[in-house]
Amino acid sequence: MGLETLLENAVVTTRLDAAIKWGRKNSLWPMPFGTACCAIEFMGVVSSMFDISRFGAEMVRFSPRQSDLLLVAGTISYKQAPILRRIYEQMCEPKWVIAMGACTSGGAFYDNYCTLQGIDKMIPVDIYVPGCPPRPEAVLDGILKLQQKIDRERVAR
Amino acid sequence: MIGEAARARLGDAVRETRAEHGIEVLLVHPARVTDVLRFLRDDPALAFVMLLDVTATDGIQLGWPERFRVAYHLYSMVRNERVRVIANLPEAKPELPSAFGMWKSADWLERETYDQYGIVFTGHPNLVRLLNHKDFAGHPLRKDYDIKKGQWLSEPDDLMDQLEKARAGLLADY
Repeated sequence: MGLETLLENAVVTTRLDAAIKWGRKNSLWPMPFGTACCAIEFMGVVSSMFDISRFGAEMVRFSPRQSDLLLVAGTISYKQAPILRRIYEQMCEPKWVIAMGACTSGGAFYDNYCTLQGIDKMIPVDIYVPGCPPRPEAVLDGILKLQQKIDRERVAR
Repeated sequence: MIGEAARARLGDAVRETRAEHGIEVLLVHPARVTDVLRFLRDDPALAFVMLLDVTATDGIQLGWPERFRVAYHLYSMVRNERVRVIANLPEAKPELPSAFGMWKSADWLERETYDQYGIVFTGHPNLVRLLNHKDFAGHPLRKDYDIKKGQWLSEPDDLMDQLEKARAGLLADY
């Protein structure tokens, strides 16, 4: 029993652009790159209290090749930076990045010799979520903001 | 009391003894630090069998006659007591004999002290950086290192060479 049984013989018309974007934004598959406390907070976002699946992003993958949303949660050191870049490069297009928390957004209070001062020094970032760590609501807000951003992109060429 | 016992046994290897914060501190001759550590560990009445920490202090801003001070922290379960063994090292040649042969824990502790302060532990079988990456230049916990100066790493640090060394038996007790 699939969707076509509900539609019976009806025809739905839409723009290709809109259909693709609708699919993309409502089925984000996040890959958490968790290195610190933000990753613990992300577990709260996924679990039933806050429930990321309300926004279609509950398919958390631990392989970059299966995901289209890189959720960087935690302090990134210079030693980790090339690893993060490799993970990002392994993801298929289209892909988006959320920088979760103060460390990924700008190094936070770790203004020192070993901490990367924001992951945007290494990979492009779409959404920055402030907080140390951010509340789950803030992460959900970030995902909604990303959905709006996906909605503004041009898909059909 | 611990210092006196060590001095009675090892003579001028122990330069000075004092108590700080309820812990006895032994200032020792750098070249003989392993002799002192071995005595503290193997003497049945002392039995400082556990090496808790190896670390260093950079005294460049404190006006010390010698720039570095390396501290070993030992713990005796028999006595429920700690002791600190310190050695002063000059800037020109910050070298100490390794305690790797006595404690496995000395392995990473000495690597960390080498990495962060540039103290060379002679006789350590694998004295490479532990915390900072392979392209890092300098020693960040030295006070003349600019604390905000980050250094880029282009390729991920690969630990396979370490594993292969261990597999080939080149690293004792790994």
